[in-house]
Amino acid sequence: MANASLLQFVHRRRRGAELFLLILALVVGIGAYASVGLGVDGEVPTNIVGYGGWLAALVVAAHVVVRLVAPYADPVLLPVVAALNGIGLAVIHRLDLAEDTGNADQQLIWMTLGVALFVATLVFLRDHRLLARFTYTSGLAAIGLLILPMLPVIGNEVNGARIWIHVGPFNFQPGEVAKVLLVITFAGYLVVHRDALALAGRRVLFVDFPRGRDLGPILVMWGISLSILVLQKDLGSSLLFFGLFLIMLYVSTERPGWLVVGGLLFFSGATVAFQIFAHVQQRVDIWLDPFADRNGDGYQLVQGLYGFAWGGLIGRGLGEGMPSRVPEAESDFIMAAIGEELGLTAVIAILLLYGLIVERALRAALISRDGFGKLVATGLGGVFAIQVFVVIGGVTRLIPLTGLTTPFLSYGGSSLVANWVIIALLLRISDQARRPLPEVVEASEDPDLFQTQIVKAVDR
Amino acid sequence: MNRPIRAVSIFCMMLFLALMVNVTYLQFWHAKDLNEDPHNARVAEAAFSRQRGAILTGEGRDQITLARSKDFDDQYKYLRVYPKPYMYANVTGFLTLGSQTGIEHSQNTVLSGEDPRLFVTRLIDLAQNQSNKGGNVLLTLDPAAQEAAYDALLSTVGPDGEGSVVAIEPKTGRILAMVSLPSYDPNELATHDFGASEQTYARLDDDDKEPLVNRAIQTRLFPGSTFKIVTAAAAIENGLYNADDEVPSGAFWQTPGTSGSSNVIDNEGRTGCSPEEIPFRTAMAQSCNTAFAKMAVELGPEKMREQAEKFGFNSDYLSDLAPQAQSVYPKSATDAEGDDVELNDAQTAQTGFGQYEVQATPLQMAMVAAALANRGTLMRPYLVEEVQSAEYETLETTDPEELRPAVSPSTADQVTELMVETVDNGTAYPAAIPGVSVAGKTGTAQRGVPGLPPYGWFVSFAPAEDAEVAVAVMIQEAPGKEIAGGQLGGPIAKAVMEAILND
Repeated sequence: MANASLLQFVHRRRRGAELFLLILALVVGIGAYASVGLGVDGEVPTNIVGYGGWLAALVVAAHVVVRLVAPYADPVLLPVVAALNGIGLAVIHRLDLAEDTGNADQQLIWMTLGVALFVATLVFLRDHRLLARFTYTSGLAAIGLLILPMLPVIGNEVNGARIWIHVGPFNFQPGEVAKVLLVITFAGYLVVHRDALALAGRRVLFVDFPRGRDLGPILVMWGISLSILVLQKDLGSSLLFFGLFLIMLYVSTERPGWLVVGGLLFFSGATVAFQIFAHVQQRVDIWLDPFADRNGDGYQLVQGLYGFAWGGLIGRGLGEGMPSRVPEAESDFIMAAIGEELGLTAVIAILLLYGLIVERALRAALISRDGFGKLVATGLGGVFAIQVFVVIGGVTRLIPLTGLTTPFLSYGGSSLVANWVIIALLLRISDQARRPLPEVVEASEDPDLFQTQIVKAVDR
Repeated sequence: MNRPIRAVSIFCMMLFLALMVNVTYLQFWHAKDLNEDPHNARVAEAAFSRQRGAILTGEGRDQITLARSKDFDDQYKYLRVYPKPYMYANVTGFLTLGSQTGIEHSQNTVLSGEDPRLFVTRLIDLAQNQSNKGGNVLLTLDPAAQEAAYDALLSTVGPDGEGSVVAIEPKTGRILAMVSLPSYDPNELATHDFGASEQTYARLDDDDKEPLVNRAIQTRLFPGSTFKIVTAAAAIENGLYNADDEVPSGAFWQTPGTSGSSNVIDNEGRTGCSPEEIPFRTAMAQSCNTAFAKMAVELGPEKMREQAEKFGFNSDYLSDLAPQAQSVYPKSATDAEGDDVELNDAQTAQTGFGQYEVQATPLQMAMVAAALANRGTLMRPYLVEEVQSAEYETLETTDPEELRPAVSPSTADQVTELMVETVDNGTAYPAAIPGVSVAGKTGTAQRGVPGLPPYGWFVSFAPAEDAEVAVAVMIQEAPGKEIAGGQLGGPIAKAVMEAILND
């Protein structure tokens, strides 16, 4: 019944609202950039016009493309992303000034590439269901990408995790792109096989467990996740991919039993990994007591926690803190820099922005009219939520620290570009979902609707 | 598929809620603990790059600056400078990245601007969008007395010597001078060239002469004969003798229960002590060991200890500087089985003239003199006169605090009489000031190690009838000079007293 009312509800385009929110986002982003200059050097950065102009041009370009090719797309997503990206750039610029690096310029180039791919995705992908054709192709591509860092020469180990490839001057984290491809693969596979997987096997304690013969896909995914953990020592990606698969499996089959099976597999895998692998134990030890080895293994986390504490409720102000004390503050630990200079207020605001992205993704999934779209949107929203939880939970010591980038904030091209593509896909799905049905409403005149036989009562 | 999508939404909401709750705990409730973590270099660095308040001393036109932060063109913005480096180093201490000593340490919250008394100043700074400035600390030290003490001690013990001078205003407990030699230049430690700073610190820390130790409060030594005024005070206070009485003395005394020459107390050649009975005045003026040893045994260890503790032995009292050593009157001796027992007569006899295990800091001996000078009332010694805002407005003035009556006024008057006699007609004559009645006592304490020269002590106060200053001088090492009696310490005490009296 809910669907019926949704179908009759005609969404407005709301592009004007999007433009207004985008201007707000630009004010935040460019204002933060100016504030960094004021805080550190006591003057507005000299390149503020060029920088602000470039940022505005990118955002406006994205907006115009959305207006043209996805007029019914969700109006909140793009402004939220623009705000996050703008804050990220400002904070990276702040750290550049402290450490005498040039990451912000580099990041702006990556953002440009991200927006270009965002535009390309929207322009060339007029219907997200086309992606379902590439179910297995993208699956193979994802596995290929995940294997790349293991290859000699181009593969590279950074901070113990083998998740980077170096080609010439470019460094790339293939896992970030693989994450998008995996969502497409899972969605394409599950939308076809959901009925078989949904068949109940045994019922134990109110939960229908799936049939044993259907365990194949989940075991494969479990194996892949474990091998990422073992071979690449990448806790974060392993958790991310498996969690993503579990969510999509659950949504497609509507069987909570899969969650139980997956959860058991996860915990058994995690337990075994904890027993066997020193790097997993080390992460857990640091999490339990980072201060035990505050100048060694725990150094980064402890410095990050000091940064958060130093910021307190409203932060020290951009340029007034010491965020560069935290190693890698511009990538995994960027939240510590934000927490220090902008305070709890900004951290909560950013969490709300992330929450909005996830909420908008799941809303698109709810109103999407096709199973594939629902699954892709859920998968993208889920992967976003898990990634944010894992990385921010890690740096704030809610859970053991695992290496993942903070979407749109962290310095790093692969992550930024992949996330812009994710937003493009979500906009495409929401555009399809919110678009009025072509003439189907007219179908009330359709004689088919009256095909139900009416049996008249006849006196005997 | 919408039902599970809603379930996933709820799950995601829980994830975000968990993040928010956790980060709120971290940045709001837990932040204080982390910010007070001494290992948190952020806190230290922030403190180091703040406009710290000044350390001042002296009144009116004589006021001088002992430490201030001047603008400096590097990431820390301010450099701490000490305009009078050696003379005040042991009081001011020094500021380095991450640590402070002396007043810089004990008054850190004021100087760095975090003290609650500076709350209004902080609000004004915030309103005017200025960075938070630290408050000033005004000390009680008298620049003239400090300079006199420093110059006199330095010229007496020489550049390689060790010693200390403390002067107190008896009526209030204000510390007027506090010198410790050898000293150091805190500017070399406060430099932003951290390599040089560390090197300097390592050199000072390794130095056998311990220039970083503030001898006035951290070094306790046998007070020797200066402790006789405590013994005398105990005897008069307990009604054993009056200042006009005769007391048992003698050229030699084999202490009770002992045998052998090492337990024979003599008077180091002062023949005035030789009769079996001598006037109390003579015993004090000639510093007769035998007389005070016998007096201590007659009183017994409990009464001796009680009197010493009333003067401040076995306790802490100065709150403006740390660390400080407690002066000691032994609470117990160790018998052959290793158990704690009360002191026997031979040990008590030794305590009567400041040997055995009696140990005192220069500040403690100055307090003994100050209490007697203040008609028996012991005031708490203090160094911080005022806490001021960055604009030199007084925020709080320290009120003098009475610690306890150490002796009755009549006892104090009688001991003073004995000490005046010691300056006028006895061993303490080098401290005599023409036209002023000075009370004094010399001390020459054996180290208990054969072959090493003794420690020299001198305590005095003046004017005896209404004292303005009480002084203790301690000479630990004076290379090339013979440390004996009041010869070295007397003139130093005199110079300090004159500096105060001529003000």
